[in-house]
Amino acid sequence: MTILKVVRYVILDVVRNRWVLAYGLFFLAVTDVLLRLGGSGPRAMLSLLNVVVLLIPLVTIVFGTIYWHGAREFNELLLSQPVARGTLFHGLFAGLVIPLSVAFVVGVTIPVLVQRAADGQTTKLLLLLLLAGCALTAVFGALAVLIAGLVDDRLKGLGIALGVWLVMTVAYDGLVLWVAMAFQDYPIEGAMLALSFANPVDLARVLLVLRFDVSALMGYTGAVMQRMLGTPLGIAAAIGGLAAWTIVPGLFALRAFHRRDF
Amino acid sequence: MVRARGVDKRYGKLPVLRGLDLDVERGQVTAIVGPNASGKTTFNKILLGLVRADRGEVHIDGHRVDEDPSYRARIGYMPQSARFPENLCADDVFRMLADLRGASEASRDEELIESLVLGPVLRTPIRVLSGGMRQRVNAALAFLFRPELLLLDEPTAALDPISSGVLKDKIRQERDAGRTFILTSHVLSELEELADRVAFLLEGQVRFSGSQEELKAKTGEATLERAIAQLMRQGAAEPPAVARVS
Amino acid sequence: MQRVGDALRLAAAGGRVLVKPGLYLEPTLRIERPVTLEGEPGAILDGGGTHTILEIAADDVTVRGLTLRNTGPSQSEERAGIRAAGVRNCRIESNHLDQTLFAIYLADVQDCLVRANIVRGPESAQMVSGNGIHVWSSRQVQVLDNDVRGHRDGIYFEFVSDGHVVGNRSERSARYGMHFMFSNDCRYERNLYLQNNNGVAVMYSKRAEFIDNRFERNWGSAAYGLLLKDINDSRIEGNQFVSNSVGLYLEDANRNRVIGNTFQGNGWALKSLANALDNVYEHNIFEGNAFDVGTNSRSNVSFFRENYWDRYRGYDLDRDGFGDVPHAPVRLFALVVERAPATLILLRSLLVDLLDLAERVIPSLTPETLLDDRPLMKRPERQVSRG
Repeated sequence: MTILKVVRYVILDVVRNRWVLAYGLFFLAVTDVLLRLGGSGPRAMLSLLNVVVLLIPLVTIVFGTIYWHGAREFNELLLSQPVARGTLFHGLFAGLVIPLSVAFVVGVTIPVLVQRAADGQTTKLLLLLLLAGCALTAVFGALAVLIAGLVDDRLKGLGIALGVWLVMTVAYDGLVLWVAMAFQDYPIEGAMLALSFANPVDLARVLLVLRFDVSALMGYTGAVMQRMLGTPLGIAAAIGGLAAWTIVPGLFALRAFHRRDF
Repeated sequence: MVRARGVDKRYGKLPVLRGLDLDVERGQVTAIVGPNASGKTTFNKILLGLVRADRGEVHIDGHRVDEDPSYRARIGYMPQSARFPENLCADDVFRMLADLRGASEASRDEELIESLVLGPVLRTPIRVLSGGMRQRVNAALAFLFRPELLLLDEPTAALDPISSGVLKDKIRQERDAGRTFILTSHVLSELEELADRVAFLLEGQVRFSGSQEELKAKTGEATLERAIAQLMRQGAAEPPAVARVS
Repeated sequence: MQRVGDALRLAAAGGRVLVKPGLYLEPTLRIERPVTLEGEPGAILDGGGTHTILEIAADDVTVRGLTLRNTGPSQSEERAGIRAAGVRNCRIESNHLDQTLFAIYLADVQDCLVRANIVRGPESAQMVSGNGIHVWSSRQVQVLDNDVRGHRDGIYFEFVSDGHVVGNRSERSARYGMHFMFSNDCRYERNLYLQNNNGVAVMYSKRAEFIDNRFERNWGSAAYGLLLKDINDSRIEGNQFVSNSVGLYLEDANRNRVIGNTFQGNGWALKSLANALDNVYEHNIFEGNAFDVGTNSRSNVSFFRENYWDRYRGYDLDRDGFGDVPHAPVRLFALVVERAPATLILLRSLLVDLLDLAERVIPSLTPETLLDDRPLMKRPERQVSRG
């Protein structure tokens, strides 16, 4: 399987890059500190939630854009070998997403295990957090690859990547806030939920918050959201939404990769 | 070995190849010459599938280059400037490519590595190697798995005279062993030394294709350099042919 | 004798009727003399799904150790497992009440004790129209150590004075775990209220004492750990509010003292409407709540002192254990959500954190005077047990 070979070499290259190690160590340190300060596992997981929905997108999209631009030499070398473009693309994408996800998962899991904080509740939250973190890594990996594939200028690509991050983590929520305030007299819970599906960061955040802050969300709007998104079907839909956010930009990026000249 | 018909390529609005037709014979060294930006490197990259032609067909050994990539297992490529993944060393790259090509370690051309004096730097990350040293790694890569067709783009440009000599000897030796070469270079004396055939590219078209002798006879010049210069002057005088001979 | 009814008719005042194990399906039993009715384990009185099982119609009656079950539902009459009306000094102890409309129904009684009964209601919504322990217009009633599940209101007090509700467990009520109105001078201590549909609601009463209770997992769009409506001059001390949609809710409740409670993991730890005046909040712990304090007004007439807030970001230069800068526990986002509940979807987003931060730096919308001037730096050592 050529693709497995490609993945292996890409990962070898990425792992030698100290950034990924630093990224993993960062999660290790943050989780460790949160567990020590917060006392209980669930509270530490709750604090990690913010780190996951903000930092993973940021690091992934920035690192991913730089990585994709930096992979040009590698691409040129590999494409002059009997390696199909699609194979190389998927290998590169896996080589981006897998090390970052592994660094995150290992970084968060080790302190939980070492401090023996993994009671039933914590384990459940941890698993959901890891799932959401990996999904966000895939989504923003795909967005990074799309940006880097469409914009040749490295600096411009990086700027766009930061812009996308800013829009998805802050600016978009401004729009959501405005909609909610402007239409406060109407039953807009469904529309709000639809809006959150249109932004992977919101989607991951709402999915996590529904599990973590159950009590808050059970009131008011929460009851509606819980009914829509809190059920296994809702969680499946959310994961489907995140998958779509990976696959659609990924396919556009693949198309650009097929057409590009090296 | 190589058969190109009506190849068009433009980068954005800039046309690079305009209906290029070319045949490359097996077991010969074909030099592609032409002024800067005449499309030499682009044509090489199209042969490798690195660049997609807008129109036209390119076959290597009967395989279309834009389909199954397996034909590239029979090609060795030495790009103009060597660029490698930053963190790998030459040995990693050699192993990786052997792995990807499904070639065994044993089939590696150790003699060449030795003659290019690469042994001491095999385990040094490529990013810390000098430009010349990288180019030697690059050269070694092209030959390493004993490919049938070699595309060498300005092969001696950054090499010292000794390595350059080693490389030229290697080209002759492999040509005699039946391999096919496509060579581009600005150093026409070097091409005169090595090339069996010459293809002259101007404004994205092949304006002449034939043996060195034919070229010299046609232009009435004694050296390749002068003959090419003559072609370039003629090319500047005539507008490019609109109708192609197929 | 084969029938409990016959035995009760024959028993002398001050006597004792012992019910042997077995299933007794009889018309409503009426106790008209001061006797003790006691069941051996396995003694089951069954209402046949059609009527009240036992009526206490005399003073000084004790009912102990019986299983009473199956009154059947009714829309028109208030059927009960045990009903006592207009009597004094009754004791209802260690009974098991199963599938009754009302389990224990006291009206116009005085000096009665309801202790250590296990009450299991139907739990399915249509069936549930009666309360578990229902007390109306009574004085000096003690409700101790009962375990009530699955009725409309677990414990219901209306027009009761000097009641004591201690050590009970009330869970999964269709409405309130405990509901009382117009009941002054009552004391509620060490009770556990768990997963009741609307939590606990107390209304129109004075001088109530809530000490060391635990309100947990009362979830829903109108669920409150403890809802106080028109409750005045009361004490709410040492309670634990854990994982409720709203921990403590005050509406038109004045001069209450809320001291030493723990609010943990609630949606809103504390909601105080503008018409709740002069309440004092001291030495409480607020931790892990989505919102600590919510209010619907910019003016504030409550006093916050020396509470522990896990959100407090101040410092303590003089090392006296209290933060040097006051803590403003009302987040801007809390006001936003109050106005437009759908904005709740933005909980824990960066935008909201930024808005809160801006508001903290330059307060413009949150109540300026709702401040804890002496927030505790360290969380007081206080265990939150699991229910």
